Amino acid sequence: MNPELVVFFFLAALLIGFSLLVILVRNPVHSALALVAALFMMAIFFLRLSAPMVAALQVLVYAGAVMVLFLFVIMLLNPANIEPKARLWWAGVGAACALFVLALVGRFLTGAGASPASGASLGPGFGSPQALAQSLFGDFVLPFEIASIVLLVAIIGAVALARRGTP
Amino acid sequence: MWIDLSIIAAKTFIVLFLVLNLAGLMGWVERKGSALIQDRIGANRASVFGFAGLGLVNTLIADPIKFLTKESYTPAYGDKLLHALAPCLAIFPPLVTFAVIPFGDVLVVGGREINLQLAHIDIGVLYVFALASLGVYGIVIGAWASNNKFSLLGGIRGSAQMISYEVAMGLSVMGVLMVYGTLEPQTIARAQGELMWGWLPQWGIVLQPVGFLLFFAAAVAESKRVPFDLPEGESEIVAGFHTEYSGGKFLMFFAGEFAEIVTAAGLITTLFFGGWQVPYLLRDGFHFPWGATLVLPHLGVVALQVGAFLLKLIFFCWLFILLRWTLPRFRYDQVMRLGWKMLLPLALANLVVTAIWLVG
Repeated sequence: MNPELVVFFFLAALLIGFSLLVILVRNPVHSALALVAALFMMAIFFLRLSAPMVAALQVLVYAGAVMVLFLFVIMLLNPANIEPKARLWWAGVGAACALFVLALVGRFLTGAGASPASGASLGPGFGSPQALAQSLFGDFVLPFEIASIVLLVAIIGAVALARRGTP
Repeated sequence: MWIDLSIIAAKTFIVLFLVLNLAGLMGWVERKGSALIQDRIGANRASVFGFAGLGLVNTLIADPIKFLTKESYTPAYGDKLLHALAPCLAIFPPLVTFAVIPFGDVLVVGGREINLQLAHIDIGVLYVFALASLGVYGIVIGAWASNNKFSLLGGIRGSAQMISYEVAMGLSVMGVLMVYGTLEPQTIARAQGELMWGWLPQWGIVLQPVGFLLFFAAAVAESKRVPFDLPEGESEIVAGFHTEYSGGKFLMFFAGEFAEIVTAAGLITTLFFGGWQVPYLLRDGFHFPWGATLVLPHLGVVALQVGAFLLKLIFFCWLFILLRWTLPRFRYDQVMRLGWKMLLPLALANLVVTAIWLVG
């Protein structure tokens, strides 16, 4: 087996392992940390796909900022109080959903035209900050701005909700 | 192949050697320097055959032995796994961040050009910020795993403070990135060798003075030292996030803090003070603006550049220590106000002014 593939499977196994830990461990702090590790592994996958910029942003935004806030909230609320009760039918619904998604993924991966027959060659400057900025602020500027307005609305909404009732 | 690998191994060794040893020496400078500032004698008890070496024996030999042989205590109702993991997470980011900081230009040996920088990656500055954003986990997890209210208070203060100042830090550096048009530290260092009006080296401090002040303030806050040592705050919450740490684990938090200072000093040097640049020193020697030239051998030039980098690095490390023993601690609301209501708007204004200046 070629070394590329060995590395890939090793990283993939780690990623899946951490992802499973997120839902399998009982302690919410442990599962949040497993999610951090999973996001970090995902950044390594971006690196291997020649997208270092996306990898750095993944660590910076998700592992570094979003998950810190998650941990913050979990630590401030007492973890013992937010332990959900186990319900058997929830597990059934979850398993059905998982199977459905797995079937869809398999269908798309094996379907015609789903993946290029051989690795497509990368254009010059692929994954560089310049290329990313060019597509974000040039070709896709309208969707990008719309997304940022949606986020702005969400922030203002959160502030308004938090301030309700306080003078 | 083997030569390339051994070059990488050698550079890795040099970088880790530099950061870890400077961190250790910083411990000595902190003890002796604080004594000097406060008109005390400082560490002078331990000696080998009557040789105390100005406290060097105390800090560099006696202290580590003491740390490593002390009982490493784990709180009974804490989280044992995370309690051990937290110090590792605290020391990891500053050690690997230094990989993108260039400590010299290129060294030519036997026709082979060696870039004196461990990792040459296009998004170097983003890499630094990505790792810096992970630094917060060390304190948050350590604080929570200790199962101690003082620790948790310290951890919460620390995470809020570090996230707040990361924003200001990132925005203050944006001006430098715009001026030099790159995210790669070695390219930024090289661009700072250009001369303005024929005589003034284009260092970051010249082009981005406001950016430097903001970045420096944010870097001090990120290192969690006085005047921003709220997460530790020993007069309020015992020792904050590392109240329940002793022995080797505490040593790792301690060394991590110093490594963080070394890395921050390296970043300040690279982004604002020309990195390894010596004014008017080009690859073949000095070219002074008044026309005189002084030709130097290649190895001499490289030695001068690496020496200049080390000198600047040590100067900023010393400045961090000087600050710690000179300023009083902020109150918590003052720290937050400074971060969000002063540094952040100023950084944004600096960004706008820089953009207008670059376009206009």
